[in-house]
Amino acid sequence: MLNSMFLEAGIAMVGAGIGAGIAALGAGLGIGRIGGSAVESIARQPSESGKIQTAMLIAAALIEGVALFGVVVCLLIALA
Amino acid sequence: MILKLNKCFILILLSLASLVAFATEEHHTVQEEDLDQESTFNPGEMIMHHIADSHEWHFFNTESFNATIPLPIIVYSPQKGLAVFSSSRLIHHGSYEGYKIHHDRIFAVDAAGNEDPTVTLYDLSITKNTASLFISAMLLVIVFISVAKGYQKNAGKAPTGIQSFFEPIVIYIRDEIAVKMIGPKYERFMPYLLTVFFFIWFNNLLGLIPGGANLTGNIAVTLMLALITFIITTASGNGTYWKHVLWTPGVPLPLRIIILPIEIIGLITKPFSLMIRLFANITAGHIIILSFIGLIFLFKSIYISPLSVGFGLFMNFLELFVALIQAFVFTLLTAMYFGSAVEEHAHDEHHDHAH
Repeated sequence: MLNSMFLEAGIAMVGAGIGAGIAALGAGLGIGRIGGSAVESIARQPSESGKIQTAMLIAAALIEGVALFGVVVCLLIALA
Repeated sequence: MILKLNKCFILILLSLASLVAFATEEHHTVQEEDLDQESTFNPGEMIMHHIADSHEWHFFNTESFNATIPLPIIVYSPQKGLAVFSSSRLIHHGSYEGYKIHHDRIFAVDAAGNEDPTVTLYDLSITKNTASLFISAMLLVIVFISVAKGYQKNAGKAPTGIQSFFEPIVIYIRDEIAVKMIGPKYERFMPYLLTVFFFIWFNNLLGLIPGGANLTGNIAVTLMLALITFIITTASGNGTYWKHVLWTPGVPLPLRIIILPIEIIGLITKPFSLMIRLFANITAGHIIILSFIGLIFLFKSIYISPLSVGFGLFMNFLELFVALIQAFVFTLLTAMYFGSAVEEHAHDEHHDHAH
């Protein structure tokens, strides 16, 4: 009985850890792509770098927001 | 005059934000057993203690000296009335005036010293976060009154002193955020955008000072900021905005029925993501720095310390940058939501002009 309770708590922790990892992976992929594309476009059009940076930050912030949703859910699992 | 009233209103709302943080009803029972925390170092507990709100402002303690500022405790309960006293009476001396504190929660106790669950109480204390909020509010008022006085004094001339530091930032927010995102009606939103930008930035930086409170990493504060953005967006939304939300033009009828709930959920998720983004970014930054510091106490080895101090310093510098970026992103997205609320022209017109 006690054993299975510990097991359940342990599995929840593992799930939270894996979930946080996947959230970080997704955010890393997304922001990496944005950063890469932004650097490429600035190299092509250096005069437009200000606009490109703003667009890059907006997109990165949106992706980061989604990833942080995931992280917060994982944190709730780990702390509950 | 209206501008001044607006500013006062925003300041009051921001001050209320942190009161909400601890004004929750207490129902939990006090756990009797207390695990011995002194013998082993628990990094998780240390980190949570540093990022959480508290009833006293604790800096450090040595064997003989305890660098702590006690803060006022304000408790209201319908049965017992209002009680105001210093937290030093409660934290080190058991119970006082029928209250005791356990793990930073205040509980009502009866004459014998046991917990009394029949008393409902509202904890409105000036906590560490509230005190930090007052400090940052004072700092903001002092800084920006002196900047504003500079404009009176040097009208038509080049800015001087602290004014020349803030002028480019204010102009950047006006030209790069407000004008671009909101359009011609940007002027009425400028006070809020500037307030929210400098409020978040100042508090992020104050939170990075060792011993500072983690104010923007308190979800109640970010909730209030996001809620104000939501209220202003909803209140200033014009016909076009609501038409786009409720009956999206240029989309076939079956799709409109699917889009409607998505759009309505979208109204809520926008400020929700603002809240989570700021909270999680600042909290995560603090947790990472504290984890590096915690490594020293975990390993108790001289070979680990330079490594963790180096990484901690690196993260601290990164957080200085994140403090600015998060303030910028919050302001930028807020301006985008305002822009979508006050956008005038219809959809098809827009395409003619833009492309």
